Amino acid sequence: MSVIVAKQLEKTYVAGDITVKAVQGVSFTIEPASFVSFVGPSGSGKSTLLNMIGCLDPPTSGSLEVVGQDISNLSRKEAALFRGEHIGFVFQDFNLIPVLTVFENVEYPLQMVQNWSPPERKKRVQELLDAVGMGDQGDKYPGQISGGQKQRVAVARALVTNAKLVLADEPTANLDRETANRIITLMKKMRDEFDTTFVFSTHDPRVVENAEIIFNLEDGKLIKSANSEGDRHA
Amino acid sequence: MLNILRLAARNLKRYRRRTFLTSMLISLGVVAVLLFISVSGSFKVMMVGQITDSMLGHLQIHKKGYLASIDSLPLNRNLNAKQLKKIEQILAEEEAVEAYSKRIKLGAMFSNFTETTNIRLNAVLPAEELKTAPLLTKRIIQGQQDGLIEKGEILIPELIAKGMKVKVGDSIVLVANNKDGSVNGQTFLVRGILEGISGPGGRDGMIHLEDARALLRIDGVEVSEIAIRLKNMDQLADVFARLKSELGSIMNQQDKPVFEVHTWEKISPFFNIAKMIDLMTFFIKIMLVAIVLVSIMNVMIMAVYERINEIGTISAIGTLPNKILGLFLVEGLLLGILGTAIGTVISLVSIAIMNASQISFDFGRQTGLLLTPTIAANEVITVVLVVIGIAVLASLQPAYKAAKMDPITALRHV
Repeated sequence: MSVIVAKQLEKTYVAGDITVKAVQGVSFTIEPASFVSFVGPSGSGKSTLLNMIGCLDPPTSGSLEVVGQDISNLSRKEAALFRGEHIGFVFQDFNLIPVLTVFENVEYPLQMVQNWSPPERKKRVQELLDAVGMGDQGDKYPGQISGGQKQRVAVARALVTNAKLVLADEPTANLDRETANRIITLMKKMRDEFDTTFVFSTHDPRVVENAEIIFNLEDGKLIKSANSEGDRHA
Repeated sequence: MLNILRLAARNLKRYRRRTFLTSMLISLGVVAVLLFISVSGSFKVMMVGQITDSMLGHLQIHKKGYLASIDSLPLNRNLNAKQLKKIEQILAEEEAVEAYSKRIKLGAMFSNFTETTNIRLNAVLPAEELKTAPLLTKRIIQGQQDGLIEKGEILIPELIAKGMKVKVGDSIVLVANNKDGSVNGQTFLVRGILEGISGPGGRDGMIHLEDARALLRIDGVEVSEIAIRLKNMDQLADVFARLKSELGSIMNQQDKPVFEVHTWEKISPFFNIAKMIDLMTFFIKIMLVAIVLVSIMNVMIMAVYERINEIGTISAIGTLPNKILGLFLVEGLLLGILGTAIGTVISLVSIAIMNASQISFDFGRQTGLLLTPTIAANEVITVVLVVIGIAVLASLQPAYKAAKMDPITALRHV
């Protein structure tokens, strides 16, 4: 079963007399455990597309299935529940909660969204922190760790709920080259370890050259898709 | 819920200075209200107790029209034997009545053999009066307190004692007109000096009822008023209603009421002061509500504004809107609890310090009154609950705004 199936997706924003077609007739399919990048200049619609896949913004028309469920017409609450259950997010600015420790940040989705029991939470969070190489930093607060470490924690938070899909909006934009490479390597490793699908929106060539499938967007249209491996993922 | 509570507490801790200042503002309001309630309430209770227990009693019965002309102490409006008997029958059947005292009120000329002045007097039977006004003896600032008064003795108000330079043990002469206009005089021994208190009758002297009868040449039984003390002050309204109903139904030959019944509230002007104190307390409570409402709402609006990106993050992760609402409501709740707890502790400590310091004050002609502020637990609980409730209410709008926030817009916010 495909992780994402998009058919003739459209997204139109209306502001007063101005109508902006952010995404126009985009169709694609993404298979499980893919490492996918949406590439394009600013305003090409890649973030809008990611928001629609992430149930943050419903499409104006077309159909969109994520992990087998049609998410085109979910209510606000249904969308929140769906995100909490199936999707992990990695943000450009890391977006860790500053009042929570590294451990608690990763624990947050299990505690506040999925209601795991404390022993299960503890085991799972430690497992993920170990996997991203932050196992010994659990007691630190986000303000006490570097940008690269924050993004590692963010990756752990995105994966902790066993999410089938992780959406990452410009995940390396605020990182130096070396750290960015480490994060990309980490995400690939996580993909291999947990069979999670990673979908990025980026114009960072470092991410692009590591992506296995690349969708090029321009003016809201999918102009090209490329498969670096040419086999199992697209 | 515990998780929301923990997260809310952490967020308050994150903005320590703001949390401290807001909770201090709430504390200040709580302290102001609790101290005002305790001081004004204690003052009110003390004054009411003094007025009723050392002078007026809780209720008074007069012949109809007596109170309207009380300034002239009209002897022709005294209750006669038959009327008195009827009243005593009704009072005997009223279980709520602890005691009652029959009084003759009269005006007289007071002479120390060198100077003369006017004096207003209450003539009483000591045993009855002591049961009806048990704190009366405490007003005897010089002379013997036990037994109140014997025949041939007089308790004089302190102002006359000072003005006429009369001491305990001196002899004085009272000259009074009876209701027919004839004059009679009698010598009295000064038994004691009575402290003056605020309100009607607060600066009257006192003699024995039998002496008044002799001085006024009253042959039969006559009294000007009957002061009544109840077993429980809370029964005042009920007893008043019953007595008014029973006595009000008794008519004279002209089909007009014979008696009038009044509560101390009607007789003493202090009741209006007490009502004013209650009104002021109410307005101070309103001010407290405004302080809490404005300060919490301001803080919570700021908290939401500063954490828009964070709200977007937790919303994107899958936190349900009602949990986001709960998070901000709990922050407001904790701020309210913190401010109220500090304010209540400061208030109770302040009240204890005031009581230990023996602070005295003057009221009217009364000097050296001791301030003994107390506060009932229900008053404290009411203030605490109102403040905490308002704190949550004030957080509602910002919390609702946070819960309804569009995650995409929130995530884009810098």
